[in-house]
Amino acid sequence: MSEQSTQTVADVKQGLERVGYLADEPAALVSYLAQELGKPVLVEGPAGVGKTELAKAISRATDRPLIRLQCYEGLDEAKALYEWNYRKQLLRIQATDEDSWDDIFAEDFLLSRPLLAAIASSEPVVLLIDEIDKTDQEFEAMLLEVLSDFQISIPELGVIEARTHPIVVLTSNNSRELTEALKRRCLYLWLDYPEIEREMEIVRLHAPEIDERLARRLVEVVHMVRQLDLKKPPSIAESIDWARALLLLGADDLDSSVFARTMSIIVKHRTDIDLVAERVGVQLGGPPGLEAEAAG
Amino acid sequence: MTEALPPHLAPRIASFCERLRDEGVAVGTSELLDAFAALERVPWGDRADFREALAATLAKSQEDRRVFELLFERFFFRAAEAEALGREIREDRRYDGGDRLDLDELREAIRQAIAEGTDGEMSDAARLAIAAFGRRGEGSGVVGVDVQRIRRTLGLQAGQREAGDEPALDREQIQAFERHLRRELERALIERTETLPPSRPLAELDRALPTRPTQDLAAVHRAVAQLKRRLATLGHEQRGRKRAATVDMRRTMRASLETGGVPLRLRYRQQRPRRPEIYVLCDVSTSVTSASVFFLSVLHALHDSFRKLRSFVFIERISEVTEVFERERDFRAASEKISREGGVADVSGYTDYGRVWLEFFDEISDDLGPRSTVIVLGDARTNGREPHAEVFARLSERAGRTFWLNPEPRLYWNYGDSVMAAYERHCDAAFECWTTKHLERFVDVIAGAAPVAD
Repeated sequence: MSEQSTQTVADVKQGLERVGYLADEPAALVSYLAQELGKPVLVEGPAGVGKTELAKAISRATDRPLIRLQCYEGLDEAKALYEWNYRKQLLRIQATDEDSWDDIFAEDFLLSRPLLAAIASSEPVVLLIDEIDKTDQEFEAMLLEVLSDFQISIPELGVIEARTHPIVVLTSNNSRELTEALKRRCLYLWLDYPEIEREMEIVRLHAPEIDERLARRLVEVVHMVRQLDLKKPPSIAESIDWARALLLLGADDLDSSVFARTMSIIVKHRTDIDLVAERVGVQLGGPPGLEAEAAG
Repeated sequence: MTEALPPHLAPRIASFCERLRDEGVAVGTSELLDAFAALERVPWGDRADFREALAATLAKSQEDRRVFELLFERFFFRAAEAEALGREIREDRRYDGGDRLDLDELREAIRQAIAEGTDGEMSDAARLAIAAFGRRGEGSGVVGVDVQRIRRTLGLQAGQREAGDEPALDREQIQAFERHLRRELERALIERTETLPPSRPLAELDRALPTRPTQDLAAVHRAVAQLKRRLATLGHEQRGRKRAATVDMRRTMRASLETGGVPLRLRYRQQRPRRPEIYVLCDVSTSVTSASVFFLSVLHALHDSFRKLRSFVFIERISEVTEVFERERDFRAASEKISREGGVADVSGYTDYGRVWLEFFDEISDDLGPRSTVIVLGDARTNGREPHAEVFARLSERAGRTFWLNPEPRLYWNYGDSVMAAYERHCDAAFECWTTKHLERFVDVIAGAAPVAD
């Protein structure tokens, strides 16, 4: 940040691509700005569009270690920031004279949790705060200090400031509105399911042996499935899994029988399976062989 | 690395933020500063980068982003304009000699473009139509009037001419074409007057619930998707807030063993979220056509979120549609099925609330208990028939809670044949419900929050 870097948006995009993440323009631009401006990024979007993956890719592309804080309901300071190691403190009190127990509030007795670890780290890191929408508002408020000033105040110890500037990525499935205060401190990126072309590139990047025609067919089917109102639409990772499964099975076309057998890789709810079988399965053309001949 | 922002652009961006604020997007000074900082680092000359940099720093939710797109389009019109002009040269060649085309030929070309429905062709067609009619001196200068005039002259009507060999156009296609017309007309107007058109208040036009059946379903779905999301987490949020309700003695004692019997850490009893049994009654008569499309999709969303939910639709009679919603995941299919199989209209097709209460009471009253919540969606317009408010009163006595959602603004309640007051007395709360905001407030209430007064 402080050092005037010479990289451009295109560099960032290439960097991400090198580590296996095909970012679209907005994603590349925001990752670039995050590094340049030193601001946290809030990434929102449906489940399975690669929000978490983006953070991991940034960490790989910039060669910074990734520190991950997985949020869940009921997550509190003790698990996110720091905790006093009270067992050790008790032992210290018992082991020494009674008037010297003042120094039990020292860094030795501090158990650092992800946020403190990221702030106190001596090398620059990428901090991923995953699924921030799962926590409650109080927790969000607590994050504000970390996100805007990159510091943590510990009442007994004072303020711990960041030695290096971490890149912070927050992800949210958008299951509840985040507070204005938090949003204000972040850059915002909305990730959505990729276009057919991009998803095809992604699939082929991760399953390179797959035939181009099959990959296109597969992605088209996945897009068709996403059009339906499902409980859980298939994610990008699932299309990749599916591509790999098809490779393993040695399938060279996606007809209705192959689809019926492997559908469970992308659709994971009973009601969804019924719906998909009914709507998509039928469209896929019947007996294997006919289509292969036509294509061949 | 990148050139500095040209000086005239800075105030322009600041006033863009001003406009965003007017539309209810929370843009603070810090956002504005971020935007400038970001623009120092991306080439502002690149339209896509410029736009994305602004979006990333100014629009911080999907809803904000939508407003942002609409405003950006309008505000930084010039850039778009230059691009369009560049394209137009190429496109005009496709329809060679626009003024020599006679009307019929033009009509066919436009119908073709609409039927094929690609965006580019449609805006070509719109431009062509405007050019042709502009030359005949029919422009009135008022965008809305011109759009309708052009549409009429072209004889574009949904579903008509099925006898001919041309494909019939559906309403959505024509609406899309009208949007293009409007856009092109606005563009022309801006070119002529060199000022931006007076801003339509986006807040009302684009964000309110659809009030006419012609408005597209997409708006409804957006609202419902939002609702779904909120419903999905409401239970959690409530639990989060009330976590510190009562101390769980047993677990506290158990936890105290760790610290030698001293209860250093209190354990709390978890609050069980309320699991309401919900009965929803939805008016689907013509007086609420537009609203009922919306309500039906709300019902559909509710089915995903509440396990114990029974839905009914009524006009003159009442009919249970719970199964339809459970079987059918696709909203369109569900609503078609209901209108086909519901069997709720008798003779006149006018709502008969009194009869509906009687039937509902007969059928269901034994199941109602203190845990049940009854929600009625309707305008309480009885068409002059007996309202049977006393039956409704008995219903609401049996049920734990009764709510009424009325798609009309509160101002119109009790005017004409609306007997809202007679029913409202027996409800725990009655809500006007014609924007997403209203709906959200209502959802808060049924999920357990205390009913709020306006």
